[in-house]
Amino acid sequence: MSEFLHLDELEAEAIYIMREVAAECEKPVMLYSIGKDSSVMLHLALKAFYPEKPPFPFLHVNTTWKFKEMIEFRDKTAKKYGIEMLEYINEEGVKQGINPFDHGSSYTDIMKTQALKQALDKYGFTAAFGGGRRDEEKSRAKERLFSFRNSDHAWDPKNQRPEMWKLYNTEINKGEEIRVFPISNWTEKDIWQYIKRENIDIVPLYFAAERKCVIRDGNIIMVDDDRMRLKEGEEVQTKKIRFRTLGCYPLTGGMESNAETLDEIIDETLGAVSSERTSRVIDNDGGAASMEKRKREGYF
Amino acid sequence: MNGLLKFITCGSVDDGKSTLIGHMLYDAKLLFADQERSLELDSKVGSREGNIDYSLLLDGLMAEREQGITIDVAYRYFTTERRSFIVADTPGHEEYTRNMAVGASFAELAVILVDASQGVLVQTRRHARICSLMGIKHFVFAVNKMDLIHFDRNRFKKIEKEIRMLLAEFDYESVKIIPVSATEGDNITTESEHMTWYRGGTLLSYLEEIDVHADDVEKGFTMPVQRVCRPNHTYRGFSGQIETGKLNVGDEITALPSKEKANVKSIICVGKEVDSANKGQAVTVQLDKEVDVSRGCVLVSGARPTVGNLFTAKLLWMDDSELVAGKNYLLKLGTKKIPAVVMNIKHKIDVNTGSEVSADAIYKNEIAECDISVSEKIVFDEFAQNPTLGALILIDRITHMTSACGVVMHKLNRADNLTYHEMDITREQRENQKGQKARTIWFTGLSGSGKSTLANALEKRLFAIGKHTMTLDGDNVRMGLNKNLGFKEQDRIENIRRIAEVSKLMNDAGVIVINSFVSPYRRDRRNAKEIIGEDNFIEVYVSTPLEECERRDVKGLYKKARMGEIQNFTGISSPYEPPENPDISINTAEHDIETCIDILLEKLEDKI
Repeated sequence: MSEFLHLDELEAEAIYIMREVAAECEKPVMLYSIGKDSSVMLHLALKAFYPEKPPFPFLHVNTTWKFKEMIEFRDKTAKKYGIEMLEYINEEGVKQGINPFDHGSSYTDIMKTQALKQALDKYGFTAAFGGGRRDEEKSRAKERLFSFRNSDHAWDPKNQRPEMWKLYNTEINKGEEIRVFPISNWTEKDIWQYIKRENIDIVPLYFAAERKCVIRDGNIIMVDDDRMRLKEGEEVQTKKIRFRTLGCYPLTGGMESNAETLDEIIDETLGAVSSERTSRVIDNDGGAASMEKRKREGYF
Repeated sequence: MNGLLKFITCGSVDDGKSTLIGHMLYDAKLLFADQERSLELDSKVGSREGNIDYSLLLDGLMAEREQGITIDVAYRYFTTERRSFIVADTPGHEEYTRNMAVGASFAELAVILVDASQGVLVQTRRHARICSLMGIKHFVFAVNKMDLIHFDRNRFKKIEKEIRMLLAEFDYESVKIIPVSATEGDNITTESEHMTWYRGGTLLSYLEEIDVHADDVEKGFTMPVQRVCRPNHTYRGFSGQIETGKLNVGDEITALPSKEKANVKSIICVGKEVDSANKGQAVTVQLDKEVDVSRGCVLVSGARPTVGNLFTAKLLWMDDSELVAGKNYLLKLGTKKIPAVVMNIKHKIDVNTGSEVSADAIYKNEIAECDISVSEKIVFDEFAQNPTLGALILIDRITHMTSACGVVMHKLNRADNLTYHEMDITREQRENQKGQKARTIWFTGLSGSGKSTLANALEKRLFAIGKHTMTLDGDNVRMGLNKNLGFKEQDRIENIRRIAEVSKLMNDAGVIVINSFVSPYRRDRRNAKEIIGEDNFIEVYVSTPLEECERRDVKGLYKKARMGEIQNFTGISSPYEPPENPDISINTAEHDIETCIDILLEKLEDKI
């Protein structure tokens, strides 16, 4: 027993969940956000079904404001493993010129939340794997591994199905869907240690490098392309930075760092002074309970 | 490092669970600076006069923060230098017992809080009982709020005695009783200066040290099959997690329930080919010959679980709608999902005292012992022997709610003693002799819709063309076979069950059965369909509208119902659930009887 380590236990749990969903759910999909958690999820899916390929497609909801390096990494990864990678863009939102500078929180709603709902409806997926973890935020700490969404894709936190042992109840009515979080029980540290142990590829933005950026409201925002609008007094500077989470570049705060290797990142993470999600500007918009609110409305 | 420990904290409202965990994280310096800051800020508006309120760290959902109670399980993760922990903080209120059970089913150890100023309460007993039911074998009792009783050693000794008496009724492997103060931090992570009389170590150091992994190699190998892996036609493997024992390439295994034997040709363990794999690992196993294995089967070697279809289980009821005997559910056990009937309720177990009470129905948060029968033979074991093959959930077939969880106590032999006699003359031969296909034609519809008239006329026409038929009618059956049944829910279910079983016997005899019953509930008709068999069941919805039925009022029942003389009358004071996809639908207000029969016969032509 003693050789069966903490990471092995988490890995076996995630694989068990993925296999249950593949066996019981009608039309599963794995959401792929290109971040490190998605890299771990993909790696687990490849292992869970080997020598078969994962028996479901992957879906990336593209807001069109992702870092360039993320999109390159996505396409390279899909090709390398021969997996089916679907991309969904809310074209209506693009037509209306919805962007993170002018539209604030409605940008997130239209380009992420609504786009995800549209994508799930378009393909008729009945179960969607997500890489959410309970250590990220307080309301996630209470979400089940199998989380049910009604036909409006909304979550009802007061009425969660009891989840006993590993007897997952995957029965749903037509129009409903399940969000499944196989790495709920992993911490940020577990993710990094697993990436190292398994030698998993991640987007280079996680490693410190000289990058062009501006300082905005105390966050370091990278200038990834010329769509970045500068406010008065802001000046593009070059700093050695890295990212702890990845999303839309104008909304993702970087940190000054010298961590160029996984070991250095793990060292920094162990001594971290702020929890992971504070680097996402979106979370602080609306107070501590804002994530729960968004999830009730269908955000992942 | 001692690996991962999953534990649960439980206790009554205000026993200080969230505070205890919050304090442990704070003291062990396991908080991030921003969480610590927001904790101090939140506390300023909170109650403890500017002192840190550690519970704010854990109560995550808005509803909880507003009400100051924990309604759902919150999971927390922390790592010390010696161990990684996942803690499930669970609600204390009796009405959230099921949420507590969710946390307990996940945990290897329970930390139960006892308020030192109050001693062991009924809630303490309930929590210990649920933990034990869900399979927890390691207990820590944290006797909290020692500061409120001035760290009195004698009071502690008295509570310790009460706890040991309480534990006498449970099956457990280890217990530790520690006096603590969660708000002040005594014996949480550092030894208390106020209780020099206690030298048993702190709560955290105990949790870091305890070994909860039982050595059960002698139990043999078991692996429920999750799915069949078929990347191409040369490879066929069975994926699952090893629940007990060890597996080596070359081992002889038995596939259950088929009992076929084969040898292990290769093992893939998390993506790599290996020679052997152990308990807990996710594997895909290839065998040296073709055996009948699919999802829900179990591969074993040296282990002897039961193959059967009847057992006694202890259930915790979790659904808002109650359990009555005879109801049909989907049962999930291991990786098998199968229709099941709760045959009877043997007794209820008082969740607070443990005493056995007789009961007709089981309500939310109650525990009961029941006999359960499943529709075909499955592989199971006693929960105490093999938790994975002994734990189950029941799923409501309409709402899909997880209605209950439970554990297998023991198998029942009744089914083993009854063997289904294979007759020399088959149903097919009987059907051929009569020149027909034996089906059950099930008329459903409101009272007065014309069911009996149609059934009667249909039978005459079938008889005339040489078919062998039998009509069962609601009132007639209730005068004989079902004389002892009333109109309560469980009687209604039993009524339909008996009718369905009789119809099945007649079908087996080669006879076409024509049934006319109001049968207002989809659930009941579905049960009947399952007993009679999907392919043999023809559902005819007599869709005559209510106004027309009431206008006809052949038996004068609608009038009585409108005047309140009949309670729960279908269509008036009790619902009718029309079939969603009837095989045939017919409205007697639109056609005369003979035309209706012509329509029916046309649609039935290929079926009977």
